[in-house]
Amino acid sequence: MNTAAWWLVLLQALLFLLGAPLLVAWVRRVKARLQNRRGASLWQPYRDFYKLFAKETLVAHTASPVFRAAPYIVFGSTLLACMVVPLLALGLPSAAVADVIVLVGFLALGRFFLTLAGMDIGTAFGGMGASREMLVSALAEPAMLMAVFTLAMTAHSTNLASIAEHQLSTGLILRPSYLFALMGLVLVAIAETGRIPVDNPTTHLELTMIHEAMLLEYSGRHLALMEWAAQLKLMLYGVLIVNVFLPWGIATEFTPLALAVGLLAVVGKLIFLGLLLGVAETGLAKMRLFRAPQFLNLALLLALLGLLSHVILEGGA
Amino acid sequence: MNLTHLTLLEQAVFVLAALVLFLSFSLLAQARLLAGIHIFAWQGGVLALATGLIAATSDEPHLFISAALTFGLKALTIPWMLHRLVRRLELERHADPLQHPALVMMAGAALVIFSYWVVAPIEQLELAGIRNILSISLAVVLLGLLIMVTRRQAVTQVIGFMSMENGLFLAAVAATQGMPLVVELGIAFDVLVAAVLFGVFFLHISESIDSLNVDRLNRLSTREDDGV
Amino acid sequence: MTALLITVFAPLTGALILPLVRSLRLAGWLNLGFCATSLAGSVWLALQIMDAGELTGNGFHIDAFNIYLVVLTAFVGLTTAIFSRPYMTHICREGRVSARRMRLYHSMFQGFMFTMLLALTTNNLGVLWVAVEGATLATVLLVSLYRTPESVEAAWKYFILCGVGIALALFGTVLVYFAAQQALTDSSEGLRWTTLYAEAGRLHPMVMAIAFVFLLVGYGTKVGLVPLHHWLPDAHSEGPTPISALLSGLLLNVALYAVVRFKMLVDGALAATDKAAIAGHLMMGFGLLSFLVAGLFLYRQRDIKRMFGYSSIEHMGLMTFAFGLGGPLATFAGLLHMLVHSLTKSAIFITVGHATHIAGTQSIDHIRGLIRTQPAVGWGLLLGVVAIAGFPPFGIFTSEFLLLMATMQRWPWLTMILVLGLVMAFAGLFRHLHPMVYGKIPEGQQPVTANMLPVMLHLGLVFCLGIAIPAFLARWLDQATFLISGSHLL
Repeated sequence: MNTAAWWLVLLQALLFLLGAPLLVAWVRRVKARLQNRRGASLWQPYRDFYKLFAKETLVAHTASPVFRAAPYIVFGSTLLACMVVPLLALGLPSAAVADVIVLVGFLALGRFFLTLAGMDIGTAFGGMGASREMLVSALAEPAMLMAVFTLAMTAHSTNLASIAEHQLSTGLILRPSYLFALMGLVLVAIAETGRIPVDNPTTHLELTMIHEAMLLEYSGRHLALMEWAAQLKLMLYGVLIVNVFLPWGIATEFTPLALAVGLLAVVGKLIFLGLLLGVAETGLAKMRLFRAPQFLNLALLLALLGLLSHVILEGGA
Repeated sequence: MNLTHLTLLEQAVFVLAALVLFLSFSLLAQARLLAGIHIFAWQGGVLALATGLIAATSDEPHLFISAALTFGLKALTIPWMLHRLVRRLELERHADPLQHPALVMMAGAALVIFSYWVVAPIEQLELAGIRNILSISLAVVLLGLLIMVTRRQAVTQVIGFMSMENGLFLAAVAATQGMPLVVELGIAFDVLVAAVLFGVFFLHISESIDSLNVDRLNRLSTREDDGV
Repeated sequence: MTALLITVFAPLTGALILPLVRSLRLAGWLNLGFCATSLAGSVWLALQIMDAGELTGNGFHIDAFNIYLVVLTAFVGLTTAIFSRPYMTHICREGRVSARRMRLYHSMFQGFMFTMLLALTTNNLGVLWVAVEGATLATVLLVSLYRTPESVEAAWKYFILCGVGIALALFGTVLVYFAAQQALTDSSEGLRWTTLYAEAGRLHPMVMAIAFVFLLVGYGTKVGLVPLHHWLPDAHSEGPTPISALLSGLLLNVALYAVVRFKMLVDGALAATDKAAIAGHLMMGFGLLSFLVAGLFLYRQRDIKRMFGYSSIEHMGLMTFAFGLGGPLATFAGLLHMLVHSLTKSAIFITVGHATHIAGTQSIDHIRGLIRTQPAVGWGLLLGVVAIAGFPPFGIFTSEFLLLMATMQRWPWLTMILVLGLVMAFAGLFRHLHPMVYGKIPEGQQPVTANMLPVMLHLGLVFCLGIAIPAFLARWLDQATFLISGSHLL
């Protein structure tokens, strides 16, 4: 039983690794269709990775060891963060560390090295990207913590698996606090994963880019790892949102049937989420960087309202 | 109070009440006049929906009338009138940004906590649900007040005033299943007349000071200061 | 019941008919006629009440507390209409107001009277709210009647501040209704004042206490209590003078009436708890603050109507304090003060209307030598101010004296503050009054046609009330005192 469960943990990680590029490809596909283009095949991100891994990796001569180590650390910490989030099943052995604060910690570690790497070479763009990233994350992190704490107050636990379990056991209850926390978390996710309207993942225009600016000096497998980490992060937020707020379908026992249902459920939810994201990104314009703080203030406000309405409307229950 | 004891419809009322509160915050943050009017219209719509749901759950048929009245008045008529006035006074692109948005937002959050604190002493257990909605509606009222205090534009002040009225209506509907119909009709009539009068005043003010910036309505206070 | 219907609905008929009357002359007389009808109705009603004690039904409720206010309201309405007819004709001839706006004026005059009388007589707290809000709506266009930038500003302030205040009052009303629903078996009765009054002890005390805070702030805005008083001097100074007289003489009274009605409920609900006097203490605090602040502000006024606006705040503060103090003596004083202040203040505003007409300005610095230009107006102003400052033998002296006695019994050290405030207000008024009445006449100042009948009537009544209170009125006031404070004075 125990070994099987550990295998399941690894399987989840593998699914994250393989699913993340697919999710990104799906969002791109949706956007392409909405813009009346045919769009690239769903396998395109894998082909890109194959190409990048095969290529020679060039490193600037001013680079320090941090620059070389950063892709591995970023990738590794993001993957670890992914393993914390329940994907297919609840009650896995990894659930013991599946704590919100651990999750935020892993993500912060990755971001720290990402920004270090951005500044390491000493080009203007890298530093600019790093400072913008820090601006966004400094505002996004409290909002995210507050949103998740709203959930934690309802479930009396900061453990993601327990929060999802609590949600499953009480059945469908319309909680205003969940609604606000959900909206806040969506905004945070958009900011953190660098989607429109905060950042544009496809742009390389120096005035606007945030995430891409930090990766400008990377090439080859370094670049591939960084890109992959970014895609993992998108999927991580997606799974976090769907599985914590709408955990229905997730496996609570380790039978093949339950796991298959869990897989189907999460894939279905992610497809739907990707659809929404694609539609939203097509409809919205990227906003000026100076308005990003306002955007994140809104997220913070929503999270705060979530907390307040939890206390006021749900009376701490 | 435990939400789990309520039916789904009653839970939905709570969610809608929370949404009304959220829309008040959006009104507070919104700088552009037209967007503000639209948010106000949405607030009226959500309120009407909440009223309808309460009517459905509590078996008070006259609440359906007030739901329809609210929808017609607050989601359609008044926003439409404001919209028309704004177009007539050529203020479509006008914005009325806040001076210190973060501070105002914090003040708004503090008002929410304050209103909870005010209503908290009503401690009988069976009233808890109503108490909670009361504190939300009080918060909406106070936020409307805050909008009026922080804004310089006559139109935004009026929107703040009307959203205050929304908070009151929420209180009346949620806590007491609506006032008696006579009173409700009277209130609706007063609100309508007030809205018309506000429109008349926009014209007068813009005629007399060439703008709708209420900060420039200070002749009387400066006159008094001269007297010192 | 017929008498009541005539009293309340004659003005409503007027409000509906007068917009259609094109002739200004006819409209003025009709305005007067409707007010006279209403007064006749109210006197008839008063005679009925004298026999029956009280009258309840069809959503109305008349008892000793509101009957004298009804008669007072109808009476001041009539005398103001008498003053308004020639005065507004003159204003219209000067070209400050168009004929079309005069139709609005007359219609709203009657509309205002209707809402006042409805607010006083209704038995339903919700209708009370609607009527008081309706009074704001009716008067707001009257305040801006001249359409000068200042008057528009004053009206805007009036509208916004009173609108906000009245919204808070509605929140309080909702809370009261909520408390009633919890306590009463028949929830549709939840806003009926008589039912609530009978069952006051069963209302949830905490809810009622919170509700009262909102009601006091809400209706208190209309009473003109500091710090929500800013609309009052503006509206008084910029509106037409008859409207200033009505606002000061009637609207403030009606708002205070609403506060006291609610206080009666709250006292009943809180009687058994350890915070029984909280409503009274709140009213005392606000009242005293308004009294002192307005007294201080009297000094620095340069506009004559503004000055008397502040004087109204001062007196309303005093009454609020009196009702807050509670007990039969203070309550009696408060009731009497409502009556005499209303009569005196409307008389003063009517005189001020003539004075500004003579001087052609509202600026205190330019109103000079009234007593020599036109003795009737000069004496009217002098006597009016003497009366409002609380000199014997006028009625205000009686009520203020009673209030001081009551304060001495219950809160001796507050008496000092009250006396200090009265002296301050007296000094502030007389500092401005003396040059206006006796000063050097500016060149070319001519007497105007002035009808001093309303002023003489009002001041005469105040004088009589200062000498002796008629037995029937004393009985009413005593009965009202009993209703409010729970024990008789006489």
